[in-house]
Amino acid sequence: MIDPAYRKKMVVVEGSYAVAHSAKVCRPNVISAYPITPQTHIVEDLSQFIADGEIPNCEYINVEAEFSAISALIGASAVGARTYSATTSQGLLLMHEALFNTSGMRLPVIMTVANRAVGAPINIWNDHQDAISQRDTGWIQLYAEDVQEACDTLPQLYKIAEDNEVMLPGMACMDGFILSHVYEPVVLLEQELTDDFLPSFQPENVLDPEDPKTFGAFAAPDTYEEFRYLQEQAMQKALPKIEAVAKEFEEVFGRYHGGLIDGYMLDDAEIIVMSMGSILGTIKNVVDEYRAKGEKIGVLKVRSFRPFPKEQICKAVKNAHAVVVLDKNISIGTNEGALFTETKSCLYNSKVRVPVIGYTVGHGGRDIPVESIAKVIEETKKVAKSGITVESQFLDLKEESL
Amino acid sequence: MSKTAPKTYITSGHSGCAGCCDAFAAKFALMGAGPNTIVVNPTGCLEVMSTPFPYSSWQVPWIHSLFENAGAVASGVEAALKALGKKDDIKVISIGGDGSTMDIGLGALSGAFERGHDFTYVCMDNEAYMNTGVQRSSGTPFDASTTTTPAGKVSFGNPRPKKNMPAIMAAHGSPYVATTSIGFPRDMIRKVKKATEIVGPTYIHSHAPCPTGWGFDTSKTLEIAKLAVETCLWPMYEMENGEITQVRKVKDPRPVEEYLRAQKRFKHLFTMEGGEEEIKKIQATADWNIKHFGLQ
Ligand SMILES: Cc1ncc(C[n+]2csc(CCOP(=O)(O)OP(=O)(O)O)c2C)c(N)n1
Ligand code: SF4
Ligand SMILES: [Mg+2]
Repeated sequence: MIDPAYRKKMVVVEGSYAVAHSAKVCRPNVISAYPITPQTHIVEDLSQFIADGEIPNCEYINVEAEFSAISALIGASAVGARTYSATTSQGLLLMHEALFNTSGMRLPVIMTVANRAVGAPINIWNDHQDAISQRDTGWIQLYAEDVQEACDTLPQLYKIAEDNEVMLPGMACMDGFILSHVYEPVVLLEQELTDDFLPSFQPENVLDPEDPKTFGAFAAPDTYEEFRYLQEQAMQKALPKIEAVAKEFEEVFGRYHGGLIDGYMLDDAEIIVMSMGSILGTIKNVVDEYRAKGEKIGVLKVRSFRPFPKEQICKAVKNAHAVVVLDKNISIGTNEGALFTETKSCLYNSKVRVPVIGYTVGHGGRDIPVESIAKVIEETKKVAKSGITVESQFLDLKEESL
Repeated sequence: MSKTAPKTYITSGHSGCAGCCDAFAAKFALMGAGPNTIVVNPTGCLEVMSTPFPYSSWQVPWIHSLFENAGAVASGVEAALKALGKKDDIKVISIGGDGSTMDIGLGALSGAFERGHDFTYVCMDNEAYMNTGVQRSSGTPFDASTTTTPAGKVSFGNPRPKKNMPAIMAAHGSPYVATTSIGFPRDMIRKVKKATEIVGPTYIHSHAPCPTGWGFDTSKTLEIAKLAVETCLWPMYEMENGEITQVRKVKDPRPVEEYLRAQKRFKHLFTMEGGEEEIKKIQATADWNIKHFGLQ
């Protein structure tokens, strides 16, 4: 039951509006974005906030392309501005080169990604291929399960990214349409609480004529490798911060969505279903039904895909009899989704011995009904009993149209 | 230069070739802009030679991001300064090569000018992609031999004339667009200074002969630059709000042949059959400049 006082604070708004509001209360100095479905409403709402004078000390740059959106934020962040963008799919892919650059220069730019499939064929609906394809760019990636989490992730991400020991950019991923266009009750982040929670951005190094510094220098083989090492170190340092900041957020706002991971009915689970994003809600509903029948099924939500929480995942699955990973993406040529591959990889050299199978699901917004999740769980039960027959496969392929 | 020349904010000790045009261009641009300047520099010879980590030649704050995004990065720098209340004191200039400016970065630059950001863009036009080994760009002149438009048995080199970049920038409604040359330091410093003092997006296109890419002695950089102006192949003018307001006159234009003969990239015009005809075409370009810009 939701506490009546809390319920009173809830409003029914579109997911995009709630996220735009969240970006606003984080007090960005420069926003730069380019419209693309299903992210567009976020930037339209922010534009309206700007037009109404609701974001103080903030410039909105109406760029001519996503490549310039991210590039402008590189310049702005280097001057010491708090920056925000939002994009998806083709827009995110267009940013690719600059994403490496943002991270390499250690600029904590924050961006919402309203996850969408990538073309060809062109498709505007949700899967995670866009963001997953950016996994090696050096950005923190947090995936939200619902609209409230998509909102709450933004101030958390600023706090993590702007930490002097981290200084890395971050993506707040939310499922396109499913979360960006849904109207559901949320608490819009309060300005006062956000100000209490999130300190202003005070970077150590900025572009300033008083103390001239060189950003983005040329590094030869004798220096380049250490830059990469330090970037990796920063990501590792982000691991405990993501956990700590989620707790700090809970203290101030009273909401917790998990740290690096989160569990549902996990402690005694024999079968564990792992995934990221809004599909977790459906999975939990199915798991409730199994639990009602007395079957020990649990859910492992991965909130942080980068940095990848190896230790936490190993610990969470160590007593399970079998694990199934649902990925809304595929690395063509492996027949596997990324979360599946990486989960197997982090278990391989550990003491944990548990069979793991994978399904690559929901491509281009293909609906994932509860029956299909039940089917997946039944398959995993078989794996627990008699071992793996098919390691990884597509879910709900229409064989007749192949 | 005389003792009273303004200070510059890029030190020697960089790894550019002797007689490097980009080094001259950056030096003069900063003399015009002054110390309270943030420099945005796209990928190219200048960026590579001036910042081999942990060293840097820059005595002003400097940022290099990518080859094709300087216009956008400068937009962000300017917007951030505005949002943080620092724009009144600090200038933003971008210094980029012809490749990053006229080719791969044109979209980002166009966006920045159309949006009206308050910054100055300086193009150092050495007429090819020097950093990657002298490949043609849309700034490469007609008949120049480059590594991707080499002269050969059936080719006189680059088949296309230079893109008219200043006209493109003026068409964005820029309040100030000017051409200049590193061969005329005072002219360049004055124009950059003027550009940075004007509010809005301003553009300086500086001709910058490259000894390595064009094939001439490293002691002759400024001489070749002057020759381009004196042969009327490089007209120097200012445009305010789209209108030409000032032109540097050339009293007795010299034949283009003198300019072409001094550079290896045009050598084939003097050895190949039909070269004479080609030289006439280039002379026609100079004649057109004389007429169009009223150089005489
Ligand atoms: C996206 C991308 N494509 C290609 C390159 C390779 N590249 C680096 S510098 C350069 C040419 C630079 O030419 P220009 O802008 O004229 O500067 P110059 O070196 O001649 O001063 C090229 C092709 C790159 N760095 N990035
Ligand atoms: S190739 Fe030309 S532009 Fe590049 S460093 Fe040498 S002289 Fe300068
Ligand atoms: Mg060049």
